[in-house]
Parts: sequence; structure tokens; C-alpha cells
Amino acid sequence: MTPDGAAAAAFDAVELRDISRHYGRRRALARVTLTCRAGQILGLLGPNGAGKSTLIGIMSTLVRPSLGEVRYGSRPASQWGDALRAHIGVLGHDLFLYGDLTARENLEFFGGLYGLPDLTQRVDAALEAARLVERANDRVSVFSRGLRQRLALERALLHRPRLVLLDEPFTGLDDESAVLLAARLKTLKTAGSVVVVATHDFEAVDGLLDAVACLREGRLRAIDSAGGTVRERYRQAMRESWS
Amino acid sequence: MTGVLRAAWQIARKDLVIEARSRELASMTLFFAVACILVFAFAFVDDMGRPLPGAAAGILWVAIAFSGTLALGRTFERERQSETLRALLLAPVERPAVYLGKLSALLVLMLAVELVVVALVGLLFDAPLGAAPWMLSGLLLSGTIGFAAVGVLFAAMLVRTRTRDVLLPVLLYPVTVPVVIAGVKGTQAIFAPDPNLDLAAMWLAMLISFDAAFITLSLWTFGPVMSE
Repeated sequence: MTPDGAAAAAFDAVELRDISRHYGRRRALARVTLTCRAGQILGLLGPNGAGKSTLIGIMSTLVRPSLGEVRYGSRPASQWGDALRAHIGVLGHDLFLYGDLTARENLEFFGGLYGLPDLTQRVDAALEAARLVERANDRVSVFSRGLRQRLALERALLHRPRLVLLDEPFTGLDDESAVLLAARLKTLKTAGSVVVVATHDFEAVDGLLDAVACLREGRLRAIDSAGGTVRERYRQAMRESWS
Repeated sequence: MTGVLRAAWQIARKDLVIEARSRELASMTLFFAVACILVFAFAFVDDMGRPLPGAAAGILWVAIAFSGTLALGRTFERERQSETLRALLLAPVERPAVYLGKLSALLVLMLAVELVVVALVGLLFDAPLGAAPWMLSGLLLSGTIGFAAVGVLFAAMLVRTRTRDVLLPVLLYPVTVPVVIAGVKGTQAIFAPDPNLDLAAMWLAMLISFDAAFITLSLWTFGPVMSE
């Protein structure tokens, strides 16, 4: 098995142990402990400034925790090296797309950086999945937010990542696109990916999440895998955290 | 090593494609450099069309440094707009590849602008561009590499700073003073009525040493600098 293949096989969970992150004197995260497993969709919920994006930044390896450790499978990030990033796909608040490049060029550029084999077929499939085949040669700067969001999702999934981190993935999507995104997330789950979704759009993720982690003021207030609507679970968790 | 060079080439090519479409950096940098030379021409060329002796080399390098600083400020600004810098850092490539890619694209742009700048200085200041064209090309190439090598590192360091436009020249000029001095002295030796190519070669060797030191240090520090 190649080193990358071995990495992918061993990478069946992401474990955060006592993670804290400070920006100067401001505390963004405080002692968060959490495990996300393969084949599971974890929802990260919380009010603005709760620390959701920081947590996603830490899981993506872009942000270093001030304290604590993140383990990918059985190993911390430091032991994986650059190869770890080949198994992580991130859709951020900002979409990580070049406005002056076309949809196809954006996908080809990032696919090239990841050294993907059969890039042309993958890019064609991604454009198909984003329903952007007819707009493939248009510059991204002329796309609406929804079209860019769809393209950005495909960019994040182009290299078939093991860990999928999505920050507000439903922003700007129309109803049809939101349903398709939900279906896509279920496919990722079935394929055994570790999926983490930070969102405020509770209706869009209803029935989709296997577990819900609620954050407030940088602290993890509750992890809930019980039933009920996401909004009810979130309200319950927030109420308990106040009491 | 091949992976680093391949990724660097992809990043540089992407930057050049974007620049070819927007022409934002090229037009801004060229306009500024030409304006700078014209202002100096009014100051240092008398009514008879005679330039101040020895001024051409200094004006050439001032125009290169000032216009290069403008280009440097924008090179990472583009990556900030849609946070594509984070996407580059998320890719499984070694961080020096990002540095080398940005540096290569910037060098192509700066050298293209220098073609016009050098011709204009030759025209307005009677500079003997044909005296030692290869030596002059060597000085310009190595000087530009030294200037851009430090500049790209500082521009990357400052990309998340609000006062980056002010801080970049404040940090960059003191560090690149040796490069500019070597460039000016070497070019003066070529532009002199009796060109001294040995002296120019000495300054060229010094510039090459600066380049080696600056690029090595930048490659070494770029990764830690880009970590949040």
C-alpha cells in the first residue's frame, strides 16, 4: 500500500482533545473535546462568535491550537506531515475561488495542486455535479453566490477527501440546490467520510445530522445524538447551558 | 523537489493567467514607473536635453524599487479577496512551493515592466544601453530577484495586517538597501563614459550573493510565517 493509501485507510476518526485557542487575550475556544467518526455527519451549532469557524480551522490544520491535540486516526497532525492535507476538504465561509479564472480553470488548478490523476474526468464530473457544465468556461466573477457555492463545494470534494469540513455550506443556495447538497452529504457519509458541518440553517440539516455539537463562547455546551428537530435540540442545549 | 517545482509552476502560471486577463498589476506598475521617470527627467535633464551625469542609474533603480513595491503589495491582496491563500495553504504541497510560485510570477511581471523602464531611461537620460547589454541584463535580473525575494516574504507576512500598505515599504526598503546600492553602482559602472566592466562584475557577484542569501532565508521562514 502506498503511504497515501495507508494514510487514508488509517484515518477513520478525528479526535479533538482539550483544544483551546487564544487570539491574544481573546479566548476563541476553551478545552473542547470531541470525536467525529467515519460515516457520521456532525453538526457544529452555535451563535455567531461561538468558535465554530475556529474549530473548523483547527481541524483543517490551518489554525494551530494554543493547547490540546487533534488526532487524525491514531496520529496527531505533526506525524502526518503535508500528506494529511491531501485527505482534508474544506468549504469555508469565503469560497476559495479565483474570480478571474473560469469554473473549469479553478477546478483544474486546485486538482493540479493536489496532483490528482485523471484530472480531466474528475473536473468534468465535478462540473456535472455542480450543474455548471454549460457555464464551465465562464469566469467565476460573473457567477451568483449560489453558483459559486456549488462550484466551491465541488472544489472542496474534488480530491475525494476523508475529512470534509463545511462552514455554512447552505448559504446562497436555492431550495433545489440545498436538497442536492443534502443528498451529496449523505453520499459522503455512506462512502465513509468524516463530515463536519457548521451551520445556522437548522431546517436544511434536519434529518441529516448524526450528532450535534453546540458551542457557545468557545465552550462545548452539549453533544447530542438524540432525535428531534435540529432547532429543538439546539434550543434545548442552549437552555441547559444557561441554567 | 520535483513536487515543489511542479506546484510552484502551477501557482505562477495561475497568477500570470489572471494578470493577462485583468492587466491590473502590469498597467498600474508600468504607469507608476513611467510617471516616476518622467518626473525625474524634468528635474535632471536641462533645457538643452543634457541629463545630470550619473543620474540615469539611480533613477532606473528608484523606478524599479518603487513600482516593484506597488506590485508586491497587490500580489497577496488577490489571494486575500476570496481567502484563496488558505486554499493554497490547505493543498498538500510544501509551503516553499507557494513562495516560489508567487515569486516567479512577480519576477515575470517586474522584468516585463523593466523592459519599458530601461528603454525610457536610455531615451531620456542618454544612457548607453548598448555598452554592455549582457552585464546590464545580469544586474537587472539579479537585482530584481533580490528585491522581489525579500518583498514576497514580507508581503506574505503582512497579508493579514490592516496597515500592510504602509508597513511593506517601511520593512522592505531597509533590508533591500544593499540590493539597490549594488544595482546602482553596477549600472553606473556600465553607464560611465569609460565603462568599467570589472567593477560592474564585482557588483553583479555581490547581487548574486544577496539573492542566494535572501532566497534561502525566505524559503526557510515562509512556512512558519504562513502558519496562523
